[in-house]
Amino acid sequence: MLKKRLLGLTAASVFVAPAMAAEKIRIGFVTTLTTPAAVIGIDMKQSVELALEHIGNKMGGKEVEVVFEDDGFNPKTGRTKSEKLAKDPSITFVAGYIWSHVLLASKKVVLDNNKFLIISNAGASAVAGKECNKNMFSTSWQNDQTPMAMGEVLNQRGVKSIYIMSPNYAAGKNMVTGVERTFKGKVLGKDLTKWGKGMQLDFSAELAKAKASGAEALFVFYPGKAGGALIKQFQQAGLRGKMDLYTVFTVDSVSLPNLQKAKLEGVLGSYNTMFWSPDLDNPANKRFVADYKKKYGRYPAHYGAQSYDSIMLIKSAMDAVNGDVKDMDGIRAALKKANYASVRGPYTYGNNNMPIQNFYLRQVVKDADGNWANKIIATVYKDHQDPYAKECPMK
Amino acid sequence: MLRPRSLLHRIHADPSGPDLGANLPGRVGPMQWVLFVTQFLNGLQFGILLFLLAAGLTLVFGIMDLVNLAHGSLYMIGAFICVSIIQATGSFAAGLLIGVPLTFLIGALVEIIALRTLYARNHLDQVLATFGLILFFDTFAHLVWGPEGLSLQLPEILDGSITLPGDIVVPAIRVTIIAAGLAVAAGLYFLVSRTKLGMLIRAGASNRTMAGSLGVDIKLLFTMVFGLGAAMAGLAGLLMTGTTSEASIGMGNDIIIQTFVVIVIGGIGSIRGAFVAAIIVGLVDTLGRSYLDQFLKLFFTQQNAETAAPALSAMLIYIFMAAVLALKPQGLFPPKTR
Repeated sequence: MLKKRLLGLTAASVFVAPAMAAEKIRIGFVTTLTTPAAVIGIDMKQSVELALEHIGNKMGGKEVEVVFEDDGFNPKTGRTKSEKLAKDPSITFVAGYIWSHVLLASKKVVLDNNKFLIISNAGASAVAGKECNKNMFSTSWQNDQTPMAMGEVLNQRGVKSIYIMSPNYAAGKNMVTGVERTFKGKVLGKDLTKWGKGMQLDFSAELAKAKASGAEALFVFYPGKAGGALIKQFQQAGLRGKMDLYTVFTVDSVSLPNLQKAKLEGVLGSYNTMFWSPDLDNPANKRFVADYKKKYGRYPAHYGAQSYDSIMLIKSAMDAVNGDVKDMDGIRAALKKANYASVRGPYTYGNNNMPIQNFYLRQVVKDADGNWANKIIATVYKDHQDPYAKECPMK
Repeated sequence: MLRPRSLLHRIHADPSGPDLGANLPGRVGPMQWVLFVTQFLNGLQFGILLFLLAAGLTLVFGIMDLVNLAHGSLYMIGAFICVSIIQATGSFAAGLLIGVPLTFLIGALVEIIALRTLYARNHLDQVLATFGLILFFDTFAHLVWGPEGLSLQLPEILDGSITLPGDIVVPAIRVTIIAAGLAVAAGLYFLVSRTKLGMLIRAGASNRTMAGSLGVDIKLLFTMVFGLGAAMAGLAGLLMTGTTSEASIGMGNDIIIQTFVVIVIGGIGSIRGAFVAAIIVGLVDTLGRSYLDQFLKLFFTQQNAETAAPALSAMLIYIFMAAVLALKPQGLFPPKTR
């Protein structure tokens, strides 16, 4: 009798176990884990894993599971992977997205399936403007903002003329628009180069044009391996010292170790703008950067910072609703508050669910250990809102 | 296109024309010529790099009748191996002298293990199999070297720039590429037209079965040819890494399509055709990227020209290929006997 009852109990508990497993909070995370762009995806994945460690794998009292998917640096693959996550009823949040063109191809299927979309990098203008959505939040920036800050820096430094180079895709065009919005001097020429599959890595023709234009400075946006190639060729063409190099999203903790290995001294002292920096002084950032360095042996990049924040933002919302994934309205209201210790310091959300935040001027310096790293030297914008917010129909 | 001076005069004659900024009419002539010569050298260098890849591809395609999509993978593997050796020994020469022969051996090994069985199959089977090889090599590089690529630090003498008369500044690595490519082209010409191995290669190309029945070891010959193509691709990979600063996964896939364009324009199987076509393609591509936006501004508004130029210049070599094929369907220098 007793034996039978015990057996019954065991059977019951076996039955309960999967039901409890289904109670987990599940988050899909789409990033690039193959191709050379995987260095960015790995920075993000490692930061997500660090965030999970920091929160003890718990949100709102429930266990958390993050499912990573690889977009292969390809909008089509990104969409397929997003669809897989979006159609999975156990998933509440889909986060990640490095590339604007991947995000633009993927966002509809995620939002149509009633998931929250947390953007950890891509800042396409459409997402901030006309196609904003109540269930879509960003922990990064809109593409125009960082180059807008750089335009201001160029004005402040008295630069009269620039030449612009950027890849020919959604974000690349936003970067050009951004710097042109604020830069008051003359743009003596610009080149948009082939991107994605079969991307252009030989910039000799463009650099020769830039030199011949007589511009004082060169402004570039080249994330990933193209950045190293551009800086190398800039130096090889003897442009260092003749033209100042100003970059956005090109010289960061992902590219700096390789640039240092290749001894591209030209980047030391060069300027870039960003909403965050590893040396930003607040407790959350200090903990994130120190633990990241301890665990992975190098500085995190902004990609990692944004991904870490994505997890912390989701946690703040799930804590607010006590882990109830059915409470969409409660989660949304909590996300909108951005009530968590962000590594960038406190920020708020605008009507379009994009952060309103500071932007800083950073310079590449040697740190105490001799490693090349970015260091904040000035605040360019305080509480800056992106220029597309007014196109967003949400109030 | 070759007369930038008159082009600019036309722009300035039109008061509503686009603003050319600091390029004052009085300075336009000499400055524009410096730019043109620089761009010409850039185009020549790109063409020569393409030739190093195309020579191997056209030999394999022409002689062995094998479509090898994975030729770009050998370029990548060659770059990774050479850079690894340079990193380990600190010597560029060691990387070159050990890495390139190693790529030859890898090419030979790939031919013996994977490709030998494919000669009798049709082209579609070959495309599928060599596409599989691309995936294999990309994953292999990912596993061995990680996703972040390998940084190459060039010796100082190759990392700087050379100033030619007329204040034309050329990066030393690009001059090296031009010199190395021309040396390889000369060596290849000598090998094919003046040596016994070259004679066998030509015999194999003309009629495989006949050459075989006359006692030529076709199997060995094909392995050697494939290895030679791989070695040249590896050399190209190393040289290209000198300009892009790191060997990266998929770098071969970025350039293989252009290489196919070269051998199709040149005539499949013709080394001379590959040489001429590579230089033309290099020049068309580079000069297109340099001057197309200015050219389009003559006909369209500045904004439309700026939008159309990048797209159009990326297509230029394909448009050129279509034009060549319309006039000469076999390419510029089709081999005489097939």
